[in-house]
Amino acid sequence: MADKLIVAKTGNEAMAEAMRQINPDVCAAYPITPATEIMQIFARFVADGQVKTNLVTVESEHSAMSACIGASAAGTRVMTATSSQGLALMYEMLYIVAGLRLPIVMSDVNRTISAPINIHCDHGDTMGGRDAGWIQIFSENAQEAYDNLIHAVRIAEDPEVRLPAMVTTDGFIISHGMETMEMYDTARVQKFIGEFKPAYSVLDTEHPITVGAIDLFDFYFEHKRSQVLAMSKVKPVILKVAEEFNKEFKRNYGLFEAYCMDDAELVIVVLGSTAGTAKVAIDRLRASGVKAGMLKIRVFRPFPEKEIADKLRSARAVAILDRSEGMADTGGPLFAEVRAALYDSDKRPLAVDYIYGLGGRDINVEHIKSVYADLDRIARSKKIDKTISYINVRE
Amino acid sequence: MKIYPKDAKCKDLAIGGIIPEAGTAAEFETGSWRSQRPVFDDEKCINCLFCWIYCPDSAVTVKDGKRTGVDLKACKGCGICARECPPKAGAIKMVPEQEFRK
Repeated sequence: MADKLIVAKTGNEAMAEAMRQINPDVCAAYPITPATEIMQIFARFVADGQVKTNLVTVESEHSAMSACIGASAAGTRVMTATSSQGLALMYEMLYIVAGLRLPIVMSDVNRTISAPINIHCDHGDTMGGRDAGWIQIFSENAQEAYDNLIHAVRIAEDPEVRLPAMVTTDGFIISHGMETMEMYDTARVQKFIGEFKPAYSVLDTEHPITVGAIDLFDFYFEHKRSQVLAMSKVKPVILKVAEEFNKEFKRNYGLFEAYCMDDAELVIVVLGSTAGTAKVAIDRLRASGVKAGMLKIRVFRPFPEKEIADKLRSARAVAILDRSEGMADTGGPLFAEVRAALYDSDKRPLAVDYIYGLGGRDINVEHIKSVYADLDRIARSKKIDKTISYINVRE
Repeated sequence: MKIYPKDAKCKDLAIGGIIPEAGTAAEFETGSWRSQRPVFDDEKCINCLFCWIYCPDSAVTVKDGKRTGVDLKACKGCGICARECPPKAGAIKMVPEQEFRK
């Protein structure tokens, strides 16, 4: 195989290919639209002997993550994939994975949460797990989905970290949309991720341990504090892995991508595939002299608070684009966190929230340009008329 | 080390709340949970050792095949021993803890 292979892949195919190259010891999964295809393709790799993975088919996502926990606690490298209601059914286990400090890596293909039932994209599923103790990495496209999964294995398994990681793609938009991307040589990917060295194993009879013991008011708090301390070590590890990845595969990643941010006065903050649409809008606005920029958040957990506040210092007005609702009547989760990040900043731009794309509602270049038009008005008048707006909804 | 000292800090604890050693249950004193205490009548006891077999906390102490007493640091007063003691012997009575605090 050549050093790099240019291939046409959907997001799901890209993630399945990353899993093939990572070659995890165990995968336990249950199908759910739009993530089904990842495991369907991966199951073929297993059947064809292209991976040595023990694929466990289970009766629900709750069981899938439970089996992943067992396998990971036994000291194996574990991956899985899910979406929406499946992630919701894993909710109980998500916290256990993180609390047991098991570096399971999961693809989450973003799909909204019922009701009403809908199979299309928004970030409501991932946001439901944002306090569960998982590292959360968003991808703009198939290339990033593929790269992020490779990064995630290294980050999650780092001895300083030992926390689970979730890599997301936007359901159907990325998961089923085909685009060209680069794949790397399998041997090089495997060399990059290295051999998995578990922190502990229940199968190590030389060193018997108890996993999941009751932990009351005497030590529970210290264990949870330790978990936060581990999360606080994630950012430098992400940057270290990104640097090594860039050296090896010539693709640069950070905590976020700053697009046209050097002199940007009007800035939008986004997650996922909408960043691609926004880049087109920004290029057109820049051509007509508008100082538009974008911050695409790659790492949502841990939340890069200081770094984001620093990047937004010189903006005059900022719009945070939320593809999920917080149902607090105070805007979406990304808005809440970005605005909180700005609170301690000596220079705070005016900030507004736009909820968009729930249940797969389309967002196009014109919608994003209209957000910049609003930002221009806010920057000129130094006044916010409406803090929370909804894009492309009939009301 | 069998269990952590009470003032152990975050950095002293094993990752993920695991207990990095076997056989530590004996160090966990469940006796403070007890609201009833098993009291044995040595005259009635036929030394069948059902209490020793059924005790979920291995709190019934035995030496040379004979029941010798109850480890009150471990006994949480569940009463299983009194229930399993053969009715014709009826050697174990559960007595409220307050009776011992008078």
